[in-house]
Amino acid sequence: MTSNGAPHTLPTGHARIDHMEMKGIVKRFPGVLAANQVDFDVRTGEVHALLGENGAGKSTLMKILYGMYQPDAGQITIDGKVASIHSPADAIRQGIGMIHQHFMLVPSLTVAENVALGMPSSRAPMLDLDVVSERIVQLAKTYGLQVDPECPVWQLAVGEQQRIEIIKALYRGAALLILDEPTAVLTPQEVDDLFVTLRQMTADGHALIFISHKLHEVLNISDRITVLRDGCVVGSVPAQGATKSGLARMMVGRDVVFQYKRDEVQTGDVLLRVEDLTAQSDRGTPALRAVSFDVHAGEILGLAGVSGNGQRELAQVIFGLRSATGGKVWLGSQDVTNKEPDTLNALGMSYIPEERMLDGVITDFTVAENVILQEHGQAPCSRGRLFLNPRAILQRSSELIRAFDIKTPNANTPIKSLSGGNIQKLILARELRRKPRVLIAAQPTRGVDIGATEYIHQCLLDQRAQGTATLLISEDLDEIMALSDRIAVLYEGTVVGIVDRKDANVEQLGLMMAGVRADAAS
Amino acid sequence: MIGDLLNATVLIGIASSGIQLATPYLYASIGEMFGQRSGVLNLGVEGMMLMGAFTAFYTVHNTGSLVLGVLAALMIGALMGLAMAVISVTLQAEQGISGIGIYLFGLGMSDLLFQKSFSQIVTVRGFPTIRIPLLSEIPVIGEVFFEHNLLVYVAFALVPLAWFVLNKTTLGLKIRAVGQNPQAADTMGISVARVRYFTVTLGGMLASMAGASLSIALLNVFQQNMTAGQGFIAVALVYFGSWRPGGVLIGALLFSTVNALQLWVRTKGIDIPAEYASMAPYLLTILALVFASKRVDQPAALSKPFERGD
Ligand SMILES: Nc1ncnc2c1ncn2[C@@H]1O[C@H](COP(=O)(O)OP(=O)(O)O)[C@@H](O)[C@H]1O
Ligand SMILES: [Mg+2]
Repeated sequence: MTSNGAPHTLPTGHARIDHMEMKGIVKRFPGVLAANQVDFDVRTGEVHALLGENGAGKSTLMKILYGMYQPDAGQITIDGKVASIHSPADAIRQGIGMIHQHFMLVPSLTVAENVALGMPSSRAPMLDLDVVSERIVQLAKTYGLQVDPECPVWQLAVGEQQRIEIIKALYRGAALLILDEPTAVLTPQEVDDLFVTLRQMTADGHALIFISHKLHEVLNISDRITVLRDGCVVGSVPAQGATKSGLARMMVGRDVVFQYKRDEVQTGDVLLRVEDLTAQSDRGTPALRAVSFDVHAGEILGLAGVSGNGQRELAQVIFGLRSATGGKVWLGSQDVTNKEPDTLNALGMSYIPEERMLDGVITDFTVAENVILQEHGQAPCSRGRLFLNPRAILQRSSELIRAFDIKTPNANTPIKSLSGGNIQKLILARELRRKPRVLIAAQPTRGVDIGATEYIHQCLLDQRAQGTATLLISEDLDEIMALSDRIAVLYEGTVVGIVDRKDANVEQLGLMMAGVRADAAS
Repeated sequence: MIGDLLNATVLIGIASSGIQLATPYLYASIGEMFGQRSGVLNLGVEGMMLMGAFTAFYTVHNTGSLVLGVLAALMIGALMGLAMAVISVTLQAEQGISGIGIYLFGLGMSDLLFQKSFSQIVTVRGFPTIRIPLLSEIPVIGEVFFEHNLLVYVAFALVPLAWFVLNKTTLGLKIRAVGQNPQAADTMGISVARVRYFTVTLGGMLASMAGASLSIALLNVFQQNMTAGQGFIAVALVYFGSWRPGGVLIGALLFSTVNALQLWVRTKGIDIPAEYASMAPYLLTILALVFASKRVDQPAALSKPFERGD
């Protein structure tokens, strides 16, 4: 069968896959049905998007196709023949490649070493890195990807790392390429570049599966769209004629608001001021270079930027979890540079950490225990600073569970059995209960379902109306645009510019995220 | 006494004995380095050394064949390495604890077997000294470097060999990748378990050789707990050497030279109580670990069992 008139052999020299079909796939994890009788297919020359909320089962389905999980039921056929895929090695042999949501690169190795990894060498048992490098350069030229084979991967920016992932898959002869949320870490311009490469690949006869929860991207790049919800296929539609609101309804199961109620708020005094702040990364390299900004009462300052440009370190330094090597942090009129988190808590600062499961909660504790993490030693949660007061703790937790609509069987459920969205709501509930003057919210909706995202966004806006100064750190430009009053862009540890949201547009912010200064970018 | 130290023959003697005493460290540390580079921390080196020392000694004592002695040691080392691999890779047990288990097993077992087989301390004819023609004629250098037995030369040859395997072969690339990011290696079709089985088994064989180098090449006796902590120092040397063969070599030489000095001080029996002198290498271990800990090149997945899917 020759569809789309594409040749049978790909430019990489490998055979193409005309039609891959997954039929009746079932995958059960303890307590979750991650795939429930899922049918999915992709043909040569097309982009088939898999759309769904966080936790819908997209990655699970694709890991089954890539041999990382074994399905409990169902079948995979490639060009009509049943394919037995028991490991990634099998998948690679069948011409399937996958770019994972979290990149699968070894940071300490060079680009060429990463690409050569696990591949037969022409000079076995010795490495043939020069041959590999040549091939990388050749592939890069074919698909318009800029790479330096000799560079160690840890020195590369995220966008560059993604190009290495694509080359890795092409080098292994992938005829079918799965891209799991490839745009999550890219600037808008990098997304455009990626789409150019992807279009060229389909024109060559590659089959692509594109995973995302961003509607406009899916509509832009794909030929067909399949929507997954709670492990089930809700529907499959051609991209032509599909609409954002229609897809959103399929994804969430109800209508979705894209606009929030945001009142004009009179901003007040500066509550958080950061002055020439410098700090180091875990590696000891400079992470922040003289960062300065203020956040006023009743204002949300959005901090945009591609991940790894100092956002994590900035939040940690402000909240006293990492030492500032220079500069100052002011809370109101008080110098709080390098103060301990409990001091900052007491002074009215709250922190929603980016690594929710690591820094936000203690996963083995119950919901109630997590609610009182900061206040276990104070009345009414404790009696005489020595003994816990279970009745008060339970009451406090039940109140928050009710007020924030947290879905949990009860307050004594271990927190790790809650969904990501509900854990995040609990953290938010705990922090907002203390009526913070300053709120540091780092990636507050990452990996959270749409329902909880809407809820969290509304909470942040309500907090703003009550006069809290909020620093919203996010890699999601849509989120930044929806909530912020002003937007600062962080690039390689410096603020490249601060713009008013009313004057900001996505292209300009995208350029700033790539290091172009605000005045030059507009 | 300091005057004595500055005497040429004494210095040459200490240097030469430093080279010799580095031998067991080199075998054990290079082997341990392979395991750690792939992400497995084996704390059982000491026990493997003791078993290797006994097995080699027993075989040479009964057969008179050094070749058989070495083969027997390699075999018992491979078995103990495999046991460690089963426990830490397949069963995914806590690596620190299982290593201690292997150590205690080797300590007790080698002693028990020794008691059952020998009623008194005996010696064997171990590896003879090989003077390298021409090179050993060079004054000072010849005496220090080129008048040793075969196992000493092999130990030093292992250093560049290990470097080559790690950095220039496909196998070495797999080992490095598995230790830094096993998930990535897995998605590239590499069997993380197979690589770790290989390195841990190899580590066992080399640890066992380290023991054999004591019992049939350097000391030519076996005694209960004759390794006296050298296996643990070997583990520390891998950290000290930042997981690199060259670094391990420097560390091994530093420790063995301190050891040689310490032995010399003890034979002199003056000034410093012997206990202080024998404490020196261990003190150095602790200091080395304090200053060498948490390097950038530390394998990111060190001592973490691997399971597919997060
Ligand atoms: N290895 C695993 N063990 C247990 N549960 C898992 C595992 N991987 C995913 N899940 C669960 O399966 C569901 C689907 O997850 P996933 O496929 O990652 O969703 P998506 O990629 O669409 O966000 C979620 O409820 C998740 O918690
Ligand atoms: Mg996913």
